[in-house]
Amino acid sequence: MRRGDSPRGPRHSIMSRTGAMLIMGVFTLYFLTPIWWLLVSSTKTGGQITGTAPLWFTMESIPTFFSNIGRLFTYSDGVFGRWLLNSAIYAGLGALLGTIIAAMCGYALAKYEFKGREAIFNIVLSGVLVPATALALPLFLIFSEVKLTNTLWAVFLPSLVSPFGVYLARIYAAASVPGELLEAARLDGSGEIRTFFTVSTRLMAPALVTIFLFQFVAIWNNFFLPLIMLRDQTLFPVTLGLYAWNSQISQIPELRVLVIVGALVSIVPLIAAFLALQRFWSSGLGAGSVK
Amino acid sequence: MRAHYGKATAAFAMVSALTLAGCAGGGGDSTAGGEGGSSCEPSSGPVDLTFTTWVPGMDKVVDLWNEENPDIQVKVQTGPNGNSGTYQNFFNQLQAGNAPDLGQIEYDALPNFRVQDGLENIAACENVSDAEDQFVDWTWGQVTFGEDDAVYAVPQDSGPMAMFYRKDLFEQAGIEVPTTWEEYAAAAEEIKAQGSYITNFPRGDVNWFAGNVWQAGGQWFSNDDEGWDVNLTGEESEQVANYWQDLLEKDQVSTLPSFSDEWNASFNEGDQWTWISAVWGASTLATGAPDTSGKWAVAPMPQWEDGGTAAGNWGGSSTAVLKGSDHPYEAAQFALWLNTDPEALALANELGGLYPAAKSATDLEAFSGGVEYFGGQKIYDVFAEASSNVDPNFTWGPTMTQTYTDVSDGFGKAIGGEGTLMDALTAGEEATVESLKSQSIPVKE
Repeated sequence: MRRGDSPRGPRHSIMSRTGAMLIMGVFTLYFLTPIWWLLVSSTKTGGQITGTAPLWFTMESIPTFFSNIGRLFTYSDGVFGRWLLNSAIYAGLGALLGTIIAAMCGYALAKYEFKGREAIFNIVLSGVLVPATALALPLFLIFSEVKLTNTLWAVFLPSLVSPFGVYLARIYAAASVPGELLEAARLDGSGEIRTFFTVSTRLMAPALVTIFLFQFVAIWNNFFLPLIMLRDQTLFPVTLGLYAWNSQISQIPELRVLVIVGALVSIVPLIAAFLALQRFWSSGLGAGSVK
Repeated sequence: MRAHYGKATAAFAMVSALTLAGCAGGGGDSTAGGEGGSSCEPSSGPVDLTFTTWVPGMDKVVDLWNEENPDIQVKVQTGPNGNSGTYQNFFNQLQAGNAPDLGQIEYDALPNFRVQDGLENIAACENVSDAEDQFVDWTWGQVTFGEDDAVYAVPQDSGPMAMFYRKDLFEQAGIEVPTTWEEYAAAAEEIKAQGSYITNFPRGDVNWFAGNVWQAGGQWFSNDDEGWDVNLTGEESEQVANYWQDLLEKDQVSTLPSFSDEWNASFNEGDQWTWISAVWGASTLATGAPDTSGKWAVAPMPQWEDGGTAAGNWGGSSTAVLKGSDHPYEAAQFALWLNTDPEALALANELGGLYPAAKSATDLEAFSGGVEYFGGQKIYDVFAEASSNVDPNFTWGPTMTQTYTDVSDGFGKAIGGEGTLMDALTAGEEATVESLKSQSIPVKE
């Protein structure tokens, strides 16, 4: 259809745009309602959660919210703050180191010719297919052998690997780091490591941010591995801690409010990470999908 | 799931099934420690123990012990409650050989650990066998499995059942508070006529249903030399199932998911007039239905026979010494102290809401006075009385998680009009037998 000679063209487009907006609107509502509920519920006392309108605030919402937050951070000697810190360490440091490892690995696979390169890549890629949950128990048995269960390392070390990150880094490095540039760097006397950190990582930045975000979210939300590995509650990440509290509600009903407020607080860092790195995020995703 | 365990567990199950049958005759010398309660000696020098529990505030209780016992230091580790992950962790850790010295295990999960050979027999440890008199009768049966010269855990808390009811509503409506199940059904009809429900049928809480069968004198499991007998469909089970089936069909009980918001709200708004529940239900009600404070009271469970006194039990757990502990003697002494020392019991109740299995609980301040939420009634007298009327011979099976899931699925269907509660029990029984067989646990058919 040529542009302009059919009146149906633009109208059709308006209709489909409205339709698309409508569908997106419905989904937005669908995804945001639970978060809205979480926000509203965290401003209520235990009794008010069942006794008042579930999706609207009460008269004392603001003071209740602050007293809930206060109780959250003081309950059981303030263990919740410790959980947040643990999550930040596992997810922040884990994602940072994991991104560097994945970037180096993907870069090497993209830019160097060596024997078995495709074999290695395919093996790493097949790792994408194995769900992390299925690996948790074998990992537990391995860590038991070296007596590292119930330590920070038991959660931290497995978080460093990201097969998907390697894949993305390879694709992106192949597309965005020209071989000529590397040749030029070599001629100028730059070593391979230096070239990687000063030249290549800058070109790969959007992909690296994407890998970082993926890893950060994956580790922050990883629940099964800590569940199996950890016994000392001062090592728990926030997901496992909240889960443990939630499983005790039938014995200690007052925990219910703390679980709700805790869940709200625990998603704040994720939202912050997304908002801060969002602009890199989209370009990274696009690059990964086109090859 | 089974694939994770591999050969080792298959062997465990076989070996322990044999030990079960032979009542710890003499074998088992390949594993560390003395099997069969033959010996239990103190360790020399200072001892460090680990204790995994999910009771909130348990670390504070253990601090009391640590202060008094500098040579036996206990470290508390917490996690989600048993079926939400801690039991699976115990099994993983038992296989890896790094289980904690002590673990909290609910009564209905103990047989699973026994069959998988996850528990130390602490009968020979000083004071343990003599402690029998200090605990409510039925709880002791749960930790010995009726075996001779065997104690596999120390009872911690229990959940004797009674009836919470809205005293004010019954009075206003001029309905007598039911003392038998027959009167209860009659009251259900009158209450429905007023637009409310007498109670809620909890489809997901199969252990609640088991508590009712328990009260009726039923037995779901038993075992002897030849293996396990699974009987979810006995006379008493049928009686209980048909009773609730009838109330469900007449729509005289609601079917909300237990402990949910709507469930709490229905209590708070006075739509539910009674709740047949365990002692710990008192705090559930007080938190979930704060607007009805002062209007509730507690009476014994309705009876199948006029003038009867039988009660059921819902919940409760023990402190077990897990297989492979290097210090079973010290662990057993700690477990005894934890569950009998008045100071420890009082604190565990205050912080963790536990209702102790020790008989001395009735002397504690927390259980001797009136409770404001129940209009000043001394409700714990009712529960203590109920506790002494719980049948001591009730036995749980080795695969309760699976049994619960299968029966609960069937209950859900029955509530949706597909089949009956009895059908659910029949299907649950078949699934349980299959599950036992698949784990090489001997079953009688």
